[in-house]
Amino acid sequence: MKFTPRIYIITLLMLGLGAVPLIADSIDEPFYTVLFSRMLILSIGAVSLNLILGFGGMVSFGHAVYLGIGSYVVGIGTFHAVEDGVEWLGNGFVHMAVAVAVSAIAGLIIGAISLRTHGVYFIMITLAFAQMFYFVAVGNENYGGDDGLSLYMRSDFAGLLDLSNDNSLYYLNFGFLLASLYLSHRLTNSRFGMAIRGTKSNEQRMKSIGFPVFRYRLLAFVIAGTICGLAGVLSANQTDFVNPSVMHWTHSGDLIIMTVLGGIGTLFGPVIGAVAFLLLEELLSGVTEYWQLIFGPMLVLIVIFARGGIDGMLAALDRWWLLLFLKKNPEGD
Amino acid sequence: MNWILLFEQTLNGFQLGILLFLLAAGMTLIFGIMDLINLAHGSLYMMGAYFAATFTQWTDSFLLGALLALPACMLFGVILEKIALRTLYTRSHLDQVLATFGLILFFNEFVRLIWGPVGLDIPLPELLSGSVELFFGIRYPAFRLVIIAVGIMVAILLYLLVSKTKIGMLIRAGASNRQMVSALGININLLYTVVFGLGAVLAGLAGLMAGPIMTVEIGMGEGILIITFVVIVIGGVGSIRGAFVAALIVGFIDTVGRSFLPDILGLFVSNDIADTAAPAISSMLIYILMALILAIKPQGLFPPKGA
Repeated sequence: MKFTPRIYIITLLMLGLGAVPLIADSIDEPFYTVLFSRMLILSIGAVSLNLILGFGGMVSFGHAVYLGIGSYVVGIGTFHAVEDGVEWLGNGFVHMAVAVAVSAIAGLIIGAISLRTHGVYFIMITLAFAQMFYFVAVGNENYGGDDGLSLYMRSDFAGLLDLSNDNSLYYLNFGFLLASLYLSHRLTNSRFGMAIRGTKSNEQRMKSIGFPVFRYRLLAFVIAGTICGLAGVLSANQTDFVNPSVMHWTHSGDLIIMTVLGGIGTLFGPVIGAVAFLLLEELLSGVTEYWQLIFGPMLVLIVIFARGGIDGMLAALDRWWLLLFLKKNPEGD
Repeated sequence: MNWILLFEQTLNGFQLGILLFLLAAGMTLIFGIMDLINLAHGSLYMMGAYFAATFTQWTDSFLLGALLALPACMLFGVILEKIALRTLYTRSHLDQVLATFGLILFFNEFVRLIWGPVGLDIPLPELLSGSVELFFGIRYPAFRLVIIAVGIMVAILLYLLVSKTKIGMLIRAGASNRQMVSALGININLLYTVVFGLGAVLAGLAGLMAGPIMTVEIGMGEGILIITFVVIVIGGVGSIRGAFVAALIVGFIDTVGRSFLPDILGLFVSNDIADTAAPAISSMLIYILMALILAIKPQGLFPPKGA
């Protein structure tokens, strides 16, 4: 492997993310741990969306649904654990298992119907499904309806891990991010992943070769959903709060933005995107109350000019670097 | 069953359907011809309402305000098309969704900056603010009748424009084969601008008519935008006829569902359960309808020919 600027930058980013709680503690600003913790969780969401959006070309506009499912599993579980004293409902392993199961079932249903359609129809129908879940949450008065639920406790990992400590939650998130990146890497380079990437560039051809395209896509859709459902479990623990807005359609839009901003169809792109998105939000909202006035047009410009996102820019940097310093043609040496 | 309520709600549903049609017609045309998914279409609707509110304040007359707001919307739409959207026509749907999502953020913040975070009211003139007796003593708000009348008129005009005039012929030609139209020497860029301007006016008209019955507020375009999506997807993307039929169906189901679902559910389950479940289910009805229709006809009810 050649060490190019891109690899250095991504390595630095990942090492930096790993060191955030240490740095935040040493400068006594625990706020940064929380901020970066959110980045990690949304990174997991973006990595999972990237599996279908980036590698499979399925523009799902309802991916935040799974964040919501995971969040509500924790919210409802801890609610009953505290209110009714059903202790096992507060258990983190139970939360994760249930979140995976419910997300998988939801993904299976949504995918089975949505994947029959293509193009705009797919975008809109995934959006419509997300709206359905959103309205279920809004209408469900038992669990707070529109106002949501406050968590009285975080998921309980039976003494293995104390999530009430923000640092241990941070490293749990970090661990999950690394795991999802590893999974994404293995998946996209497997035979299955190659077939999914094939359907993105030419579905008809994949069908003619004899691949059951629908089933492959559906499986990818379900896998992406379950990973994002786990991110939802983490997200609820992070914010100590669950409300319907976590699966609002604009939140699904945010996930798409992160993925595209970082660079779709690349391994680390979604992580870069999520970090950049939240940093931008943090910086711009510090400058002006009307930060979206800047962020909106920026998004348009990024779409128009920076195809390939930030990771694409880094790749371009690599080509320059190779040309300038190694005097080599990067395409063929 | 309360027949008077049912009748009123049917009219309300019809009126919502008309508003949805005004939005959906523009959006479906823009999609059919430019192949552009414009999430910012809801922003045009919002701008229509805000323009009307401001002009009504200036002129002290809703009618004048509305008449001024329409050209303002068209201008706004044309500028938007020239500056931002034109470059997106050849891009992937993903790029379009993202860029126009960015535009929504921008316009919402822009409105907050100019008009402030508090919603506005559009006062109606005396003549329109009352209600009219229809028959058997059933009264109905005059303004809602005006919305229905204007909407039907616009639908007829749009039908005549698209099917009987030269511009309409170009629009239809553009929808079925863009390359051929430009190859035949038609100024396709001008056609795009005209279509977008038309869509902007229709969205603005919907916004300024919705203004007096709902509050004029930031983000008012988004809720209705999503329902408009449902409408054009059910109707078949690119088909105005489909948009009309689907808009009326969606308007009717959404409105009537909201007021009668508790009663209907009450027939099957206990009233308690019906009362708690009904609000969630009635908000979901149109999405369930959409999922059902797409599961059976993935191209919508009236897929345009050649698509």
